[in-house]
Amino acid sequence: MYWQPEQERISRSELAQLQLERLQATLYRVATHVPFYRRKFKELHIDPDGFKSLDDLRSLPFTYKQDLRDNYPYGLFAVPLRDVVRLHASSGTTGQSTVVGYTQNDIKNWSDLVARIMTGAGVTKDDVVQIAFGYGLFTGGFGLHYGSERIGASVIPISSGNTKRQLRIMRDFKTTTLVCTPSYALLMADVMEENGISINELSLKFGLFGGEPWSEAMRNEIQDKLAISATDNYGLSEVMGPGVAGECQERHGLHINEDHFLVEIINPETLEPAAPGDLGEIVITTLTKEAFPVIRYRTRDLTRLLPEPCPCGRTFTRMERVMGRTDDMLIIKGVNVYPSQIEAVLLEVEGTKPHYQIVVERQGRLDKITVMVEVIEAIFFDQMKKQRQFIDLIKHRLATELGIGVDIKLVEEKSLERSEGKAKRIIDKR
Amino acid sequence: MRMLKIKNLTAAYGRVRVLKGISLHVNKGEIVCLIGANGAGKTTLLSSISGLLRPLTGEIILNGTLIPRRADKIVALGCSLVPEGRQVFAPMTVRENLILGAYVQYRKDKKALAGIETVYDLFPVLRERAEQLAGTLSGGEQQMLAMGRALMAKPKLIMLDEPSTGLAPLIVKNIFKIIQRMRTAGATVLLIEQNARAALKIADRGYVIETGKIILQGPASDLLNNRDVQRAYLGRVKGE
Repeated sequence: MYWQPEQERISRSELAQLQLERLQATLYRVATHVPFYRRKFKELHIDPDGFKSLDDLRSLPFTYKQDLRDNYPYGLFAVPLRDVVRLHASSGTTGQSTVVGYTQNDIKNWSDLVARIMTGAGVTKDDVVQIAFGYGLFTGGFGLHYGSERIGASVIPISSGNTKRQLRIMRDFKTTTLVCTPSYALLMADVMEENGISINELSLKFGLFGGEPWSEAMRNEIQDKLAISATDNYGLSEVMGPGVAGECQERHGLHINEDHFLVEIINPETLEPAAPGDLGEIVITTLTKEAFPVIRYRTRDLTRLLPEPCPCGRTFTRMERVMGRTDDMLIIKGVNVYPSQIEAVLLEVEGTKPHYQIVVERQGRLDKITVMVEVIEAIFFDQMKKQRQFIDLIKHRLATELGIGVDIKLVEEKSLERSEGKAKRIIDKR
Repeated sequence: MRMLKIKNLTAAYGRVRVLKGISLHVNKGEIVCLIGANGAGKTTLLSSISGLLRPLTGEIILNGTLIPRRADKIVALGCSLVPEGRQVFAPMTVRENLILGAYVQYRKDKKALAGIETVYDLFPVLRERAEQLAGTLSGGEQQMLAMGRALMAKPKLIMLDEPSTGLAPLIVKNIFKIIQRMRTAGATVLLIEQNARAALKIADRGYVIETGKIILQGPASDLLNNRDVQRAYLGRVKGE
């Protein structure tokens, strides 16, 4: 089953021509409409007119997350704001946030690309899709929502959280398709067990999971416990959101929507192309985005390409599930958290020292994050009540900044391990 | 199936570069339109494809073959041009004009003239005026004659350069209907138009060309929805 059979089964040579055409138009547009790219091309003496083959891509500069932050909020938009019909943003209330925009055509393409992935996963217009991704500024909820509507499925925009209610609705509304993070799916399975809900009471058939790295073992457990076909999908708000790539029913790698995204796998150290089939960082150039095109975006996600043809008939190259990150970004309950965001908040609070440690662990099925922070003596030995207020203040600020709850533990000055060179800020016990 | 594939085409008149690396394609059975302002390079592109102008660099592949240099060989390969301003042979009759359109085919196949009946079926008015001098036809009829003449070569790809120019709205509507009918009959169409709205309405896909570069491409419906296209080629944007 395909959503756009002509595009999804395009021959490789036709795809190359289409990618070249779209890339040339994209380069022209960023060079004329986005001052950031105009400046960068000029600095590097790049003539977008001289772009002759897809291999020339390697001469173009990378775009980094920091470039998005530096151009907060609208600096990288390629269309005037009046043409933008939707805005999404990453978490963060300080200058760390990044904003992306969509034109009407972008939303249409986005919906179609998600619809492709849902169709690939087996979902049809007869399905009832429960979307337990967060809505709001994150792209996850809305991305899957519009894709589901596009194929004509019945959408339950329940958003994340309140697991018992999720299960009740899942049973009563006869949900056939669950969309959430893989760890939340496992939590649901546990809560089902605890509450004596049998899988036979549910109508589940498919699960589309994304937002965080997971393993084949987790897939097997989810498929087993929820009696569904579980597929992986991949995307990031900087290039669009979900819909960049997704698994078909073969469940062996994610088909990249290559007619809309040009991907490279690079060695993150040398920045040279990784050998075919080698693990490396996936770098993405958008080919059709109108409002927010990006050139060679450094995703920091590690994966490898699987170039062999897929039995499903799609000609798009597959990527392996994301294996990890090349930077210090943490994914907590599907939310992206940078230690630098935490540091920025701590520095704003009077009484803290610039020494902290972030402990990430899995509590049951879910991620839990605890920040241990050194504080000045006066606070450490202060009355319980004042100390509590102090903790609450940091908690509140961090929650606003990150969009997720964080535990705080105050520790005495100089009690955290000091290391020479790079401080060990993160202890990931997951 | 690709009918036409163009990669990195550059062309110049003297020292003036008119096409600066154009890549585009037309699939079999598609209507693809190219929109752009005067001087953007539209006609230059068609001239390059039809062999009237030699491009500087780049490749043009028609139905899987690199196009030959001579224009008549390109016609023989299945690509016909309906030039801007009709360019019918005014002192000749309608029938004679049509017969000339089959010139290349006639050398190989004497039955090539039989196609005239198909053209008459598509444009009944040409049958009525078969013996009339082409110069005495109205603008709309001349446009039909130019299209009929191109069809006489039994093209796989037919290229139309500004077919609506200088015609009354009602006649334009009729011309666009005929273009759709030509496609239904099996032709692939590359259409160049300043009347962007009308062209995009019948096209499957479109390209926007500006100062010798493709600046936008995509499904025709997306281009109709694109605000830049609306501002530059479709008149005002709603609500602005």
